[in-house]
Amino acid sequence: MAEVLVYVDHVDGAVRKPTLELLTLARRIGEPVAVALGSGAENTAAALAEHGAVKVLTHDAAEYADYLVVPKVDALQAAYEAVSPAAVLVPSSAEGKEIAARLAVRIGSGIITDAVDLEAGDEGPVATQSVFAASFTTKSRVIKGTPVITVKPNSAAVEAAPAAGAVEALSVSFSEKATGTKVTARTPRESTGRPELTEAAIVVSGGRGVNGAENFAIIEALADSLGAAVGASRAAVDAGWYPHTNQVGQTGKSVSPQLYIASGISGAIQHRAGMQTSKTIVAINKDAEAPIFDLVDYGVVGDLFEVVPQLTEEVKARKG
Amino acid sequence: MSLRIVVTVKYVPDATGDRHFADDLTVDRDDVDGLLSELDEYAVEQALQIAEGADDAEVTVLTVGPEDAKDALRKALSMGADKAIHVEDDDLHGTDIIGTSLVLAKAIEKAGYDLVISGMASTDGTAGVVPALLAERLGVPQVTLLSEVSVEDGTVKGRRDGDTASEQLEASLPAVVSVTDQSGEARYPSFKGIMAAKKKPVESWDLSDLEIEAEEVGLEGAYTAVDTAAERPARTAGTIVKDEGEGGKQLAEFLASQKFI
Ligand SMILES: Cc1cc2nc3c(=O)[nH]c(=O)nc-3n(C[C@H](O)[C@H](O)[C@H](O)COP(=O)(O)OP(=O)(O)OC[C@H]3O[C@@H](n4cnc5c(N)ncnc54)[C@H](O)[C@@H]3O)c2cc1C
Ligand SMILES: Cc1cc2nc3c(=O)[nH]c(=O)nc-3n(C[C@H](O)[C@H](O)[C@H](O)COP(=O)(O)OP(=O)(O)OC[C@H]3O[C@@H](n4cnc5c(N)ncnc54)[C@H](O)[C@@H]3O)c2cc1C
Repeated sequence: MAEVLVYVDHVDGAVRKPTLELLTLARRIGEPVAVALGSGAENTAAALAEHGAVKVLTHDAAEYADYLVVPKVDALQAAYEAVSPAAVLVPSSAEGKEIAARLAVRIGSGIITDAVDLEAGDEGPVATQSVFAASFTTKSRVIKGTPVITVKPNSAAVEAAPAAGAVEALSVSFSEKATGTKVTARTPRESTGRPELTEAAIVVSGGRGVNGAENFAIIEALADSLGAAVGASRAAVDAGWYPHTNQVGQTGKSVSPQLYIASGISGAIQHRAGMQTSKTIVAINKDAEAPIFDLVDYGVVGDLFEVVPQLTEEVKARKG
Repeated sequence: MSLRIVVTVKYVPDATGDRHFADDLTVDRDDVDGLLSELDEYAVEQALQIAEGADDAEVTVLTVGPEDAKDALRKALSMGADKAIHVEDDDLHGTDIIGTSLVLAKAIEKAGYDLVISGMASTDGTAGVVPALLAERLGVPQVTLLSEVSVEDGTVKGRRDGDTASEQLEASLPAVVSVTDQSGEARYPSFKGIMAAKKKPVESWDLSDLEIEAEEVGLEGAYTAVDTAAERPARTAGTIVKDEGEGGKQLAEFLASQKFI
């Protein structure tokens, strides 16, 4: 059976969920061979094997942390040459897309970015994209070279499928360009203890209607009662009420949770671009004409300062 | 020493319009007004600021697109860019990411550059990979997705806010930079700027000027094919209630019925 390269996104050996989803999708088109780079790469093997990786190619070098993107492209290219895969799948993070794109030109292939689904087709993998702020769904194929496809988080349910996951050392020689962009300092993001925004099953977001940084406490309280991640509109972020890393939308994160709760958010096209594919959408807004209500499964026209705390109490009471 | 800055700007259909696809599954450009991709305004802004801080600098804006794409160039010129290059050729219709990056890279090389500045992503294709591809093709460092950028003594520095960390980056020129919408508000063109833009030079190049063959680009040269494009079915109208004191409880009832609690 054809092999499919899967680029592993991990933090010190802890595999992030979008990679496990990729393994599930990869199995539809072939046998997943995972590529894990950097510090802790070997520690990813158990989780990857558990989810279907027949092989795990690993390599660590200081270059991965000290320089931007290119060392990882060099390594993925080395893996590509070692394996001759039928496709290369990469998680659609900002960095993942850049790695994938550079690899695609190097190997003379086309690229599809931000796929939300993947199937085997007669002429190679068929990718589904959700475009124009999720108002259209397209199906595309790479028709030249080896398909390079980046896949958004929450595009597939993670399925366990134990496989050998044999660890092999990947041999990499870095190109001259690998050391072109130095990373001179790195400040890791502090963990909030809440689920990762792009991976969360439930996202609770606040917008301009929240009216102040201190008021985000009521959004957080609702999120915590539901075990949810917290999101924000750009208006709330630009006002300095919540960190940019929590922004949902075109220039923020795109989320596709089971449940999205928008409070005090009007539903501008750029915000919708980041949340319109959520399975169930709920909004609380005092303006009955707000465009967000066109999207909702359930909407409450009301003051969020009344509705949200009441909802939080009720959730807590029902959860006991 | 003069600093040559090339800013790549894309002409895109207005996101607030009713965007859709033409029969050949490329973007329908006739039905919706086009404009300078809003995220490229941030690239123009940073280019102007870097130029203003340099002894001697020139800002050239570059677009690959149909006739109307001149509008995007005019907007950038009216913000303060010095000159513009328009790559236009009927054979470009339907060009994909790989092809676009090829045309842009050849045009940048022909124009001459020390620094290329792009937006973080276009507002239509939204791939966010063209800047990295330009760096790959030009063989220069990529310093991408910056929320803060500065250039001094032949070195570009910037801050990249990633998923798990915030990084400080540094590279020597020549380099390709892309900036996010956190990099600083873009200026509005002044009346004077708009008038001045009318007199600024706009060069037009076609594929032969760039020594690119027609079959390398356009639908014919594309590395990807779109098989179908379907409008997402309208959501079935949801339940909307007015809060009369019980709104939170009603919502909780709905969430429970959907097994979220
Ligand atoms: C290129 C570009 C990229 C962009 N990217 C993004 C992006 O990634 N994400 C994003 O979100 N936006 C983005 N935007 C901005 C976007 O266009 C909107 O300006 C933004 O989403 C508005 O945020 P909002 O809904 O919080 O604010 P508003 O539109 O001001 O809406 C606030 C809402 O809160 C309601 N409200 C007020 N008080 C209360 C109350 N007490 N109780 C209940 N409801 C209340 C109001 O009725 C109103 O509907 C982008 C814009 C551009 C041009
Ligand atoms: C909905 C949609 C989905 C698409 N999906 C794919 C796909 O999966 N694979 C594929 O190969 N092609 C795809 N395309 C085509 C692709 O978008 C175009 O080829 C495009 O010109 C380059 O990609 P981008 O607009 O996504 O650029 P991005 O990488 O998002 O743009 C980043 C920056 O590059 C610069 N730039 C991009 N294009 C131009 C230009 N024409 N002129 C000047 N500067 C420019 C701008 O500075 C911009 O801010 C898609 C197009 C659409 C409309």
